[in-house]
Amino acid sequence: MTVASLAAVAYLAAAILFILSLAGLSKQATARRGNLLGMAGMAIAIAATIALALDTSERPWGVTLGLIAAVLAIGATIGTWRARTVEMTQMPELIALLHSFVGAAAVLIGFNSYLTEGHDAMHLIEVFLGVFIGAVTFTGSIVAFLKLSARISGSPLTLPGRHALNLGALVVCGAFMAWFLAAPSIWPLALMTVVALAVGWHLVAAIGGGDMPVVVSMLNSYSGWAAAAAGFMLGNDLLIVTGALVGASGAILSYLMCKAMNRKFLAVILGGFGGESTPASTTADAVGEHRSTSASEVAERLATARSVVIAPGYGMAVAKAQYPVAQLVSRLRERGIEVRFAVHPVAGRLPGHMNVLLAEARVPYDIVLELDEINDDFADTDVVLVIGANDTVNPAALDDPGSPIAGMPVLHVWESRSVVVFKRSMATGYAGVQNPLFFKDNTEMLFGDAKEQVEAILTAVDASDAVPA
Amino acid sequence: MRIGVPAASDAERLVAATPDTVAKLVALGYDVTVEAGAGERASLSDLDYEAAGATIGSAAEAWGADIVTAVEAPSSAQVALLGAGATLIAPLAPQANPALVEDLRAAHVTALALDAVPRLSRAQALDVLSTKSNVSGYRAVIEAAESYGGMFAGQVTAAGKTHPATVFVIGGGVAGLAAIGAAVSLGAQVRAFDVRPEAAEQIESMGATFVTAPEAQQEVSPDGYASPLTEEQQAAAMRLYAREAAGADVVITTALVRGTAPITLTTATVEAMRPGSVVVDLAASGGGNCEATVPGERIVTEGGVTVIGYTDLPGRMPRHTSQLVGTNIVNLLKLMTPGKDGALALDLEDDVIRGMTVAHGGDLLWPPPPITVSVAPAASPAATPATAAPTAGESAAQAAPASAAADAGSAPKPAPKVSGRTVATVASAIALGIALAFADAAFLAAFTVFVLAVVIGYYVISNVSHSLHTPLMSQTNAISGIILIGALLQLGSSDPVVTTLAFLAAAIASINVFGGFLVTYRMLGMFSKGA
Repeated sequence: MTVASLAAVAYLAAAILFILSLAGLSKQATARRGNLLGMAGMAIAIAATIALALDTSERPWGVTLGLIAAVLAIGATIGTWRARTVEMTQMPELIALLHSFVGAAAVLIGFNSYLTEGHDAMHLIEVFLGVFIGAVTFTGSIVAFLKLSARISGSPLTLPGRHALNLGALVVCGAFMAWFLAAPSIWPLALMTVVALAVGWHLVAAIGGGDMPVVVSMLNSYSGWAAAAAGFMLGNDLLIVTGALVGASGAILSYLMCKAMNRKFLAVILGGFGGESTPASTTADAVGEHRSTSASEVAERLATARSVVIAPGYGMAVAKAQYPVAQLVSRLRERGIEVRFAVHPVAGRLPGHMNVLLAEARVPYDIVLELDEINDDFADTDVVLVIGANDTVNPAALDDPGSPIAGMPVLHVWESRSVVVFKRSMATGYAGVQNPLFFKDNTEMLFGDAKEQVEAILTAVDASDAVPA
Repeated sequence: MRIGVPAASDAERLVAATPDTVAKLVALGYDVTVEAGAGERASLSDLDYEAAGATIGSAAEAWGADIVTAVEAPSSAQVALLGAGATLIAPLAPQANPALVEDLRAAHVTALALDAVPRLSRAQALDVLSTKSNVSGYRAVIEAAESYGGMFAGQVTAAGKTHPATVFVIGGGVAGLAAIGAAVSLGAQVRAFDVRPEAAEQIESMGATFVTAPEAQQEVSPDGYASPLTEEQQAAAMRLYAREAAGADVVITTALVRGTAPITLTTATVEAMRPGSVVVDLAASGGGNCEATVPGERIVTEGGVTVIGYTDLPGRMPRHTSQLVGTNIVNLLKLMTPGKDGALALDLEDDVIRGMTVAHGGDLLWPPPPITVSVAPAASPAATPATAAPTAGESAAQAAPASAAADAGSAPKPAPKVSGRTVATVASAIALGIALAFADAAFLAAFTVFVLAVVIGYYVISNVSHSLHTPLMSQTNAISGIILIGALLQLGSSDPVVTTLAFLAAAIASINVFGGFLVTYRMLGMFSKGA
């Protein structure tokens, strides 16, 4: 029995704990246990690694131990601070930033692995690919972070011949790899890193803000593949297993998001879709009269409804309207009105983002339903409140084959008896498509800031409570 | 043009149009005259007909219209009321009633036999025989339930429990399937058998258990009809019927092989059934499948088994049967009124119309020529369609090759298409396999672990609830911080550059680990279930 074999056993335990952890996340009831199992797995893995690192240390072990302690202290301090203070609306940014860390770590470890280990061809390929994936993940995530935190514009960067640029960059990287294999030196590796960083930057810069759910899950996947690549170059099975799990996870999420938008994954990744510059389709002209309403009228209508569905979108998160919405919901539920939420898979800037925002506002998760669960129920619904959503409730996706969002599964809110749309103005949504919903006979528009309007409705509902009917 | 809807004779409760279908006929551009009281026995009042746009008239007015739709063949007195050049749409049984056909021809009537609709898929919407079979199957279960002294559905009560009734259905045609559906929905345990093995799937789709007996089943028939069994098959089938009937509370038998009713339940079989059991014989019109059946009657055998041989089952549900038959007629008239302008066009080039037309403009058009898509061997000349009187036989014989052709076309399933994508996938898998074969053993071991982990990841993540996707992402973020261990192992290097890089990598990776787990923990704490 050596330290190495003990560590191998510990790694096996950690890998199993990680799998159980992700399995636990499949249901609300077991999610917290899943989270704790993941922590336990990580603790075992780190403890075993520390033992192994001390055992193989080339310096006095005290120095190494000191360094490890310092590293963990830094990580724990910053990590804990961010985890405690982050706003739930900022989750997309945080997650993008954390992806970039994995990418950066993969690049650094790749260089180290080249510097410290042998130069047989297989290992060189592993190093080269690991650094490439890591670098693309790193800058891609940084751009996603900047876009999501609105530090740069969310509109897509459409350089002329951008597909040719990407392809050219890949060819150049291939050439560097040939060079690297023929004459191993740090230069081709470093040059390739620069090119890969540029590719990652450009790739995400070309994708519009509304496609961010796909981008973030794609980067999630990349960060996993980067970890797996690091595992290959270090010959570490735990890294390979974990990286593969995360990679598969991100890939599935990306696929689900694309399906929810009826877009091809490749089309999203190649970018250029959505944003202020996108010309509106011809159907944008097919407008009509819209009717506006007031908060007190909506309050009245809600008070007499039996069943209400709320369809939230990114606009609700922007206006931070989820808190008054949650209050309104609990007030209506106290009166015996059935209130449910209809969450479209791509609502928000992150898969499942709306669910987290509503959970934070203390909305019970069992009244937050998915597209498939609620779409058949709209016909029996008295009032639908559309708060900050646009493309996800656009009937043109079904009716107009020429629409850019044709075929995208949408919430059939217009089948209900009446629809109230909360909106700042008559501007188009992310896809730049006019929404015929606004001109339907049973639709009314409530213009203004979503948060203020919901608060006004809440006041009106409370006032009507005070006066016995 | 004017459509006349005369009242039927006293024995018939049905009517050829309901207020609903009258409205559709009016929409096709026709004027409709309904004989006073025509819908009375189907609970349809003259006022309703008027409200739907019909005028109420006498029998002579209804029979004297340009187009007359009826639910039974006319008497010779009624034929005399038809004007020359009028069109009669009714079940005529032309094979059995050559005298009637001759009368109609001589009267220069265009006569369309509703019971001679060719069995083509596009003609299904106007097939009155199918409609009646369907209703009969349903009604058979209702009749059985009335005579059976128990409940169909099993009950568990404070006073003990009762077993569900066992219903055995012989024949999986239209009537059999309808009977299965009705019996299942009443809560009975339904077992069913058909000599055509291809019926098994349909029987099971209706919720019954298909009784398998390969020795009693025939080859897949070329024309969609059951054909006579060989002697061994016959003997095996009889044993099966006897066995199943002995265990059943209700037996519904629907076997009609080309119009004739083979015996499925012998007197001995019925005697072996429990007292209180019920047999409903849907083939009573063809003589009956059960030896004890008296066509048109309900009898109780000495052994206490009720045997129902009613031949008017569709008429026992006059309201809906009239509605469905009326719709069949509307569909026929839609086909014959391309302009929707109330002008009837008789297109004898159309196989469906030609097959139904027995007389036109003084010419005898019966029997129609075979439909010209035939590839199959000709059916026997004695052939008759299921549930029809033996007379409609020729039409079935001629229709049979058509459906045989259809069957032949669909029978051999086309080999699954090999798409270009599949080829590409297989090719790249082979290329990857060859490349891997050249890799060293350590890499192969690592690659094995990698591939298996991806597969596990796929299955584990596929189950994740949509609402937990954000926590899933932050959790996988934390887990991918596992890259930390790679950096930790490099920290001990004696090369200061390596140590520095490793330190940086480990620091940011550990932010991931701590930040990711904690934020997931915080987020999951927010999810709460409603009261």
